[in-house]
Amino acid sequence: MNRMSWFNAVSLTLGFAFLYIPMVILVIFSFNESKLVTVWAGFSTKWYGELLQNEAFLNAAWVTIKVAVFSSTMATVLGTIAAYVLVRGGRFMGRTLFSGMIYAPLVMPEVITGLSLLLLFIGIGLDRGVLTIVLAHTTFSMCYVSVVVSSRLVTFDRSLEEAALDLGCSPAEAFRLVTLPIIAPAVISGWLLAFTLSLDDLVIASFTSGPSATTLPIKIFSAVRLGVSPEINALSTIMISIVTVGVITASLVTKHQVARQKREEQAAVRT
Amino acid sequence: MTASVFEPWNDPEAKPLIHFQNVTKRYGEFTAIDNLTIDIYEREFYALLGPSGCGKTTLMRMLAGFETPTEGKIFLAGQDIAPVPPNKRAVNMMFQSYALFPHLSIWENIAFGLKRERMPKHDINDRVEEMLRLTRLEKFARRKPHQISGGQRQRVALARSLAKHPKLLLLDEPLGALDKKLRQDTQFELMDIQEKTGTTFVIVTHDQEEAMTVASRVAVMDHGKIIQVATPDRIYENPNSVYVADFIGDVNLIEGTAKLNGSEAYAMSWHEGHAPLTVKSPVAFSDGQKCHLAIRPEKVSISAEKPADADNAVQGRILDIAYLGNISTYHVELPTGAVIKAQTANTRRIARRAFTWEDTVWLSWTATAGVLLAD
Repeated sequence: MNRMSWFNAVSLTLGFAFLYIPMVILVIFSFNESKLVTVWAGFSTKWYGELLQNEAFLNAAWVTIKVAVFSSTMATVLGTIAAYVLVRGGRFMGRTLFSGMIYAPLVMPEVITGLSLLLLFIGIGLDRGVLTIVLAHTTFSMCYVSVVVSSRLVTFDRSLEEAALDLGCSPAEAFRLVTLPIIAPAVISGWLLAFTLSLDDLVIASFTSGPSATTLPIKIFSAVRLGVSPEINALSTIMISIVTVGVITASLVTKHQVARQKREEQAAVRT
Repeated sequence: MTASVFEPWNDPEAKPLIHFQNVTKRYGEFTAIDNLTIDIYEREFYALLGPSGCGKTTLMRMLAGFETPTEGKIFLAGQDIAPVPPNKRAVNMMFQSYALFPHLSIWENIAFGLKRERMPKHDINDRVEEMLRLTRLEKFARRKPHQISGGQRQRVALARSLAKHPKLLLLDEPLGALDKKLRQDTQFELMDIQEKTGTTFVIVTHDQEEAMTVASRVAVMDHGKIIQVATPDRIYENPNSVYVADFIGDVNLIEGTAKLNGSEAYAMSWHEGHAPLTVKSPVAFSDGQKCHLAIRPEKVSISAEKPADADNAVQGRILDIAYLGNISTYHVELPTGAVIKAQTANTRRIARRAFTWEDTVWLSWTATAGVLLAD
């Protein structure tokens, strides 16, 4: 291994410092004894204890998890189907348009997505609540799922599906018995990505949530406007850990499984 | 051994298993298959041979059901199969890439098609065991495809496609991924399995040696058309066109004009100042018609002196010698500038070879050695 040059070492340190010092400070102050956020008064976990007593936060957390689970599951189903049709569907009318449109929400400003969804929900007279947040999150996270899944499908050897058809599978059986098990790692990491995105989202949720349902990011945001409390620091620390675990799991699953499956597939396909 | 020779294509009573009737397949402007009519009989080992892009794979994919003909009909055992989807056809395919399911074990790969048929469990067991025995894979049943060698994977693919007792087995370049030695062994294994199971095999290949080895009949294709269908020996000895003669094996082509000279014999003038060549041909040529004499290098003899009683003899100079161990090919340049290849078996050690570079030699062949082909 080459030793790192001093220039690279400094750049790396600065880069990571830039990214992580704010979060480290937040985590440290979540263990602060004092009620004043900027004054260190010794180590304590009392804010975590108080957090557990706070009904409003717990409710918001429960709503957030419900929304994340439902929306990421729906997004995974829809995104996988969309990816499958776009990669495998062959040429059909408007294919290019559709594949462009599936990526459009990726670059669309969230404010616009949120606003248009709000107008839609008002237009059709849907009361804003958990359902509308789930629908909104499904809408924007399914394109992420479809990007992840279609990049896997592109490298998928088509003759495997043809072999399944040839051996007596209907197209649906071929998908269920051959395609899905092989692309499963990509589908799982797509789900984890959608889950994390839904957990984080503030902008779209604030457009589509109603008085009956508030997600955690909205709760935190509005609480912070009244001043940062150590309780929020504690809550944020918990969220950071959840998201970190989620992202690390997703990338590990993807890395290991995709690499292994690809190796197996290539080995199976060619000597 | 059966006393009668297996050649149902010569029997007017025999019903073909597969009948292509004026089949055409177009992709936009490109015609992949051009008004093609062929018959394939039961128990045949039928090879589709041709350069890449000649339409042989398209033809096979139409049989499997992955492509539908633009025009014409395909009959399998008398039934038009155009409306039958691939999963309902009594046809199985062995893919060029083998397409083994990476997430399933060898055993499950072979059982895959049987399970789709809702076969009782112990019947599936028996059939899979039988296929494993046939392909000598018993020891590998529990392994995954990436844990076995290329030759073993090829046998798994074969076992999987044979497990369902197809009426017809399609093999798409089945041995392309194997090295030469393994390929030769596997060719004989394939023939053996075909004979044991009595299944009709259609094989697609661009390797003419492979087609000649395994097939009962070879169909040579070019640009979506069948040029010639015949047994390997007839394809080699009696090609019906310059294309087939040139595609199969090595050949010398001499251009000239024909002139009738006795019964089924022609004098072919090929170059001014040289005596015309004597050729026997059952195919009739009119006087002055342009033609090609196709003659295989191993049918041309090479000698130092002019042979006394040869039908044809020409003199030339050795340009090049290709030494292949068992045989040597001499490239001999004639005074006309044309180069004729002559092949001899190296029955003696190389140190005692009679000819070397730049030697003047005589090439000779009999009147029946070559085939006269129309332009």
